[in-house]
Amino acid sequence: MSLAGETNASAQAGANSVNWLRLLPWGLAVVLLAILPFVFGSGAGLTVLNQMAITIIFALAYNMLLGQGGMLSFGHAVYMGLGGFFCVHLMNRVEFDGLWLPLPLLPLFGGLFGLLFAVIVGSFSTRRAGTVFAMISLGVGELIAACSIIIVAFFGGEEGVSADRTMGPALLGIDFSSQKEVYYLSACWLLISAAAMYLYSRTPVGRMANAVRDNEERAEFLGYSQRKVRFMSFCASGFFAGIAGALFAINFEILTEENLNLATSGSVLLITFLGGVGFFVGPIIGAIVFTLLQTVLSLFTEIWQLYLGILFVMTVMFFPFGLTGLIAIHFRPYQLGKLGTLIIPYALIAGPALGFALGSACVMEILFHARHAALGDETMTLLGVSFNSHSPAPLLLAVAVAGLSVWALRKLLPAFKDAWDEANHAGDAS
Amino acid sequence: MSAAAIELEGMCKSFGRVEIIRNVSLSITKGERHAIIGPNGAGKSTMFNLITGKYHPTSGTVRLHGEVVDQLKPYEINRRGLSRSFQITNIFAKMTVFENIRCGLLWSMNYKYSFWHLVDRQPGLTARAHEILEQINMADKHATLAGVLTYAEQRALEIGITIAGGADIIMLDEPTAGMSASETEYIVELIRKVTENKTLVVVEHDMGVVFDLADRISVLVYGEIIASDTPQNVRANPAVQEAYLGTVLEGAD
Ligand SMILES: Nc1ncnc2c1ncn2[C@@H]1O[C@H](COP(=O)(O)OP(=O)(O)O)[C@@H](O)[C@H]1O
Ligand SMILES: [Mg+2]
Repeated sequence: MSLAGETNASAQAGANSVNWLRLLPWGLAVVLLAILPFVFGSGAGLTVLNQMAITIIFALAYNMLLGQGGMLSFGHAVYMGLGGFFCVHLMNRVEFDGLWLPLPLLPLFGGLFGLLFAVIVGSFSTRRAGTVFAMISLGVGELIAACSIIIVAFFGGEEGVSADRTMGPALLGIDFSSQKEVYYLSACWLLISAAAMYLYSRTPVGRMANAVRDNEERAEFLGYSQRKVRFMSFCASGFFAGIAGALFAINFEILTEENLNLATSGSVLLITFLGGVGFFVGPIIGAIVFTLLQTVLSLFTEIWQLYLGILFVMTVMFFPFGLTGLIAIHFRPYQLGKLGTLIIPYALIAGPALGFALGSACVMEILFHARHAALGDETMTLLGVSFNSHSPAPLLLAVAVAGLSVWALRKLLPAFKDAWDEANHAGDAS
Repeated sequence: MSAAAIELEGMCKSFGRVEIIRNVSLSITKGERHAIIGPNGAGKSTMFNLITGKYHPTSGTVRLHGEVVDQLKPYEINRRGLSRSFQITNIFAKMTVFENIRCGLLWSMNYKYSFWHLVDRQPGLTARAHEILEQINMADKHATLAGVLTYAEQRALEIGITIAGGADIIMLDEPTAGMSASETEYIVELIRKVTENKTLVVVEHDMGVVFDLADRISVLVYGEIIASDTPQNVRANPAVQEAYLGTVLEGAD
């Protein structure tokens, strides 16, 4: 399965020479990251890109636990948040005490602070996997979130702590006053971190993290302490989460309680699962989709979190391997040269699927507007049409569209399933 | 004379109030092929678990090459050169056959908890894994996920993982259970081949296999060893015949 489960055929061939094909995705990523600001060069575009880079690092770090190590954490924002807070303080030391620290190196210190804290917490939380680990992570998360309000000197109370990133020594005349400079800094750290995390998964301890995840007993009888393997994954994950926190500090120049509370811990779990925990690229895809939905959807609707929640539940129920899994299952039809046969079946169900999504979204929007809009404000605009949200006709129409779509979907699905099976079936069906 | 490979002295184990292993003393010399037989529930697997650190004895001692090990963890015992398989297939089902073997090799090849080696770029490691795949005749299956192998193949892979680390004491818990006659024959040949010059402890129900493989047999009944002797003497032992009601041992030759 996935990148993590690569076989040795390539390893054998590439034991001494670099396998160029495997470097291709990384090369593409470098090019893509380099040209993105020219495509989305606006302030808002760069903000979204920066946000994405930070979220990707955080989600990849999180998946070192969940996907690679089988540890479900409900409190991983702690390590990103603490790394971030530490960096905000460092930036202030640079500004007020003349500490010599070039900004590009700051993420390293954020990482080390995340690592330090992961060493402390991991020393007792990784003793067991499963529920015990999950509960400890939740407890520590709650604890740190509570501390953030109590220990004002470090966490700054409700306003948080802010800093100015441009006060450090400028290298090559770059002082990071522009968004674009910050973007390239984030992009560099994204590449370094992603590559390091991928390589970690290919080291002995990274491989044994998988082994312990799948069968901790067997791993112990092969000479490995399951606890130490988990501890090391945990520390590595804390380190990279800290880097993400540092980049957050650089990008937003402020950290608040929100950066380490349980809601943030919850969303990284959601992001990772959405993307697919079984794949190295899963969290990357999850982070991109999540950030897009968060920024774009929230422009159009107040209840975007509801849609995100529905998307998450549907993913868990229908696509447990996440969006990446959804892409991956098309690989076999592609190999068999039958991907083309799926175009028409997909086109057929696309209409009703879209109808269902839009219909039910309209129902929710109308109900939300009718209940929550200011008193007397009864006109709403959906899909370019203005109408009275309190009159029954639009609601009934939306319900009818959704209902009809479901009916059509149920009619069409058996045929789609047949086409799918056929596309996954080697040899010609005649 | 050097110390015995495995030495049990007055070993007892109770789960709650039930005494499962009662005062077992046994010495297995280096290079010996020792079979443990006994009816279901006699405590054979529990004995394995006590020796390999999964459980700790309630009283008594376990020595490995003369060193007391009964309070050590499984991984510490493994590092002292003892490796075991399980009665119920215990492999990494979601990994490829090759990766299963490689996991069995990592510690013994001194990679330990390294995060500065890349496993795919260790020619020695890869070569050794392929050697073991050859030994267990699974070279052509190296890229298959262990979970989709047939039962017999999984058992063979389990033996491969067990011997991969080069342990000098190999303990196999019912390696041929649930296999057809031809599969059994194949596995026995495999065991013979891969445990050459090693100390072998094997729990086995198939008496043909036991008499074929073992230099010495211990009979465990209700947590007690009622006989521990050469195959001939065990077969002739009246207490053993009584425990087995004279049925099982007859067919064995
Ligand atoms: N962890 C345990 N807790 C309680 N009882 C156990 C445990 N492990 C084994 N037993 C009991 O010990 C007895 C011997 O089991 P086992 O060693 O598996 O026998 P054998 O391998 O000889 O068939 C059985 O009655 C079993 O129920
Ligand atoms: Mg047993």
